[in-house]
Amino acid sequence: MATAGSPGELFERPSDWAPQGRIDELLAERWRQSSIEPADLCSDAVFVRRVYLDVIGTLPTAEEAREFLLDPSPDKRGKLIEHLLARDEFADYWAMKWGDLLRVKAEFPINLWPNAAQAYYRWIRTSIAENRPYDQFVRELLTANGSNFRVGQVNFYRAVQSRTPEGIAQAVALTFMGTRAENWPEDRLAGMAVCFSKITYKPTGEWKEEIVAFDPSREPAEAEPAAGRMTASFPDGTTVQLAPRQDPRKAFADWLITPENPWFTRNIANRVWCWLLGRGIIHEPDDLRPDNLPVHPELLAYLEGELAGAKYDLKHIFRLILNSRTYQLSPIPKSDRPEAAELFAYYPVRRLEAEVLIDALNQITGTGEQYTSAIPEPFTYIPIGHRSIALPDGSITSSFLEQFGRPPRDTGLESERSNRTTADQRLHMLNSSHIRGKLENGPKLRALFGAAPEPPRRAGRGMRRQPARPVADRRRILENLYLTILSRFPTDDEAAAAIEYVQSANAPREGAIDVAWALINSAEFLYRH
Amino acid sequence: MNTRALSYMESLMGEPISRRAAVRSGLATGLGLLMGNRLAARAGVSKPSAEAKAKSVIQVWLWGGACHIDTFDPKPQAGPDYCGPLNSAIPTNVDGIQLGQSLPLLAKQADRYSLIRSMTHGINGHETASYMVQTARQPGGRDVYPCVGAVVSLLKGYDAGYEGLIPPYIVVTQPQGRFSEAGFMGSRYKPFATGGDPARSPFVVEGVVAEGISEQRQRDRRQLLEALNSLPKAMPDEPEWAALKQRETQAYDLILGDAGKVFDLGQEKDDLRERYGRTTFGQSCLLARRLVEKGVPYVTINYSGWDTHKSHFQTMQRKLPELDKGLATLLEDLSGRGLLESTIVWCCGEFGRSPRVQWEAPWNGGRNHYGKVFSALVAGGGFRGGQVVGSSTEKGEEVKDRPVYPVDLIGSMYELLGIDLEGALPHPQGQVATVLPAAADGIQSGGRLKEIM
Repeated sequence: MATAGSPGELFERPSDWAPQGRIDELLAERWRQSSIEPADLCSDAVFVRRVYLDVIGTLPTAEEAREFLLDPSPDKRGKLIEHLLARDEFADYWAMKWGDLLRVKAEFPINLWPNAAQAYYRWIRTSIAENRPYDQFVRELLTANGSNFRVGQVNFYRAVQSRTPEGIAQAVALTFMGTRAENWPEDRLAGMAVCFSKITYKPTGEWKEEIVAFDPSREPAEAEPAAGRMTASFPDGTTVQLAPRQDPRKAFADWLITPENPWFTRNIANRVWCWLLGRGIIHEPDDLRPDNLPVHPELLAYLEGELAGAKYDLKHIFRLILNSRTYQLSPIPKSDRPEAAELFAYYPVRRLEAEVLIDALNQITGTGEQYTSAIPEPFTYIPIGHRSIALPDGSITSSFLEQFGRPPRDTGLESERSNRTTADQRLHMLNSSHIRGKLENGPKLRALFGAAPEPPRRAGRGMRRQPARPVADRRRILENLYLTILSRFPTDDEAAAAIEYVQSANAPREGAIDVAWALINSAEFLYRH
Repeated sequence: MNTRALSYMESLMGEPISRRAAVRSGLATGLGLLMGNRLAARAGVSKPSAEAKAKSVIQVWLWGGACHIDTFDPKPQAGPDYCGPLNSAIPTNVDGIQLGQSLPLLAKQADRYSLIRSMTHGINGHETASYMVQTARQPGGRDVYPCVGAVVSLLKGYDAGYEGLIPPYIVVTQPQGRFSEAGFMGSRYKPFATGGDPARSPFVVEGVVAEGISEQRQRDRRQLLEALNSLPKAMPDEPEWAALKQRETQAYDLILGDAGKVFDLGQEKDDLRERYGRTTFGQSCLLARRLVEKGVPYVTINYSGWDTHKSHFQTMQRKLPELDKGLATLLEDLSGRGLLESTIVWCCGEFGRSPRVQWEAPWNGGRNHYGKVFSALVAGGGFRGGQVVGSSTEKGEEVKDRPVYPVDLIGSMYELLGIDLEGALPHPQGQVATVLPAAADGIQSGGRLKEIM
């Protein structure tokens, strides 16, 4: 299975570029106009790894990678996409993403409290697992009433640092309109804040339980006349008269979740694009404003239309994007025009997120993390083996996740997550006892290196001289190691270098561990590509 | 700034090396903002001034909240319901200043530090109080502000000409984890946490020291990584790889070079190590001194175990002598090396503990959280010694006079560090954020500690 030739051949598949759908057509047109040559298609090995990481935040196992690579059917990429969209980890991974945006965190500064964070998380994950249409998902978050422990989605109104109507309006604008209300004219924010001025938070007899509900008797917002009907004005300038017993949050939701709303569909279509391709058509994806124009308006309009047409089934958009040749381009640019990146003419490399990275390391080595949360009592203990992408609460203590840029979930801004590489991350990967323990003691790696240890290189008196491990065996072990860590077969050159290293090592086991160490420290492992 | 320092700065900032690099790496969520920040930082209002008295800070964080009555503000006359078995005070080498009975070594050098006995903020929750004491801000606003260490790392670290290989903001040994130290300033200003236990030999500083891997093997496998690193060979122009490589080089400078030796406490004489105490805390103090000696601007020792709701006095019997040994030796050692003049040492927790002992079940002799009044010790870097600021009431239940709020203590430290209190902090959304809250922000203040500066 070795691939020879130029280094690029491992990663790309020379091909004539033929658009496969509207996304490709729209971009191809722009590339032509801008004299940008798109990258080649990515190789199957790159694709299998990429699509697992992008769709389910999970590394393919050696078996999954091998099966895909050896599958001769021409439509195997499309089939794999469907398979992944239906996997359980899809809900885990995207509940993590939504947990960031919706600020699912028990402790400071969001202070949901553990039971409430769990309920909030469960509601989010269930919604994703059931593929609840996105417009309904948002409507429920905005209009729910009930206990923070029992009606998880009401925690949206608790997961804000400021529970003032303005503070809530800012959070709503950021999350569902992708726009920064702190930069708006004051009266626009004040008009929208009226919609969130009738929310009450009532304690119950249970410790830290709170009922979040519409309360018509609440004092009107300061800007409003004290009696009679309230007037709310929506961010597009339309106004609505609200009857005294009418929940203004519902009026707001009715205004928001329509295909005609200038922010709603655009925000989510652009975000999904950004999540899969590393960069928004409008960038940043949560900074929509009149002077931040889409780099390709027709492309964004197309995605918006498709999403509305599919009744806000987000998986429809995932499918369109993942099956496009644009998404399947290699990471190796062919054009050095600066617009090539912002016009998606190649797939951008990005470091794995903290949670995805540690899960991948655990999967490879067969190890787990012990996650706990020591405040408040009673302590939270998460069973070892629980995946990091499936952690329900941003308060779970972990220095690794902190170090590798897990967002603090303070604001819900996309930029809170940092996937930049720092020197101390390098130190940790190269030389920490944490990673080393996994490589040296992880049961899966041990099994992979062979249950029977490499025979000692000496013939003792009275002992039968054992034969050295056959070359074919070594090659097979190395292939499995490559499939496990890099989701591909090694090239002949790589195999030769690795086997030679193991043979000249002090102890074969040390040598084998060092090969695994080198692979998990390679750019190919650390980065989506 | 030399090139090595520059590159290290870049690496810690984890920032794209060029605009194009940022665009191509696809990591540039916030590119505009980032650039905005850098420009802002350059045009920065906030720069340490030349007349700074203090160069470094050691923060001894009594994590969980230590009881003021048992330590820096003894009240023997309050009786057993307040003092329990720790019912006497001891004189110090400064007339009129007394300490709790369990701190005899600190009592011998009261001339080196001052005590603030009227710290107050009134918050009784760990996290909100920790935030308040370390950021000077009231929790609950839209922004999470950076703590003192992150602000010092911004204004005294690589952006301000610091050239060390050791990161400018070190936490010994574990970060607090609950609030993000760097707040809205982001991961670039987070501390480097050593991990490991400095009382053990070797002290395994996570990532820097690996027990049992020879230098030869380190070098061999580094070459192997080079050989097997196939993706960068296929796309050598990707700017992200250059950045990755650079960070790797710096990592190896610490692993294999001399800079990492600062963590080798074995280089110290045995009798000095004994004097600090062979405890995690004692050796953490020794490490802090070594780091400051190398010019590291901010070191936090997160000293846990003070949240004593139960078995309070049993725990104090063990902890107070440990604190006494470590902190007293730190002050003596810094002073002996001429470092105390330029190094602020501050020691307190997020609050005090309830003066009245909870003898009833289930506490059976415990102390609860108490934010109404508590004590702090400050020394060096321009703080005068041998003074007491403020006082608490007879039983240590209220501030009696001269309230000192977190903003007063933090503002005083910034002043000694030459930091402009009204300087701008880089805010990701371009909002106005200043080093210290303005009077208009409604933060209570009793005024900076002019009486000991």
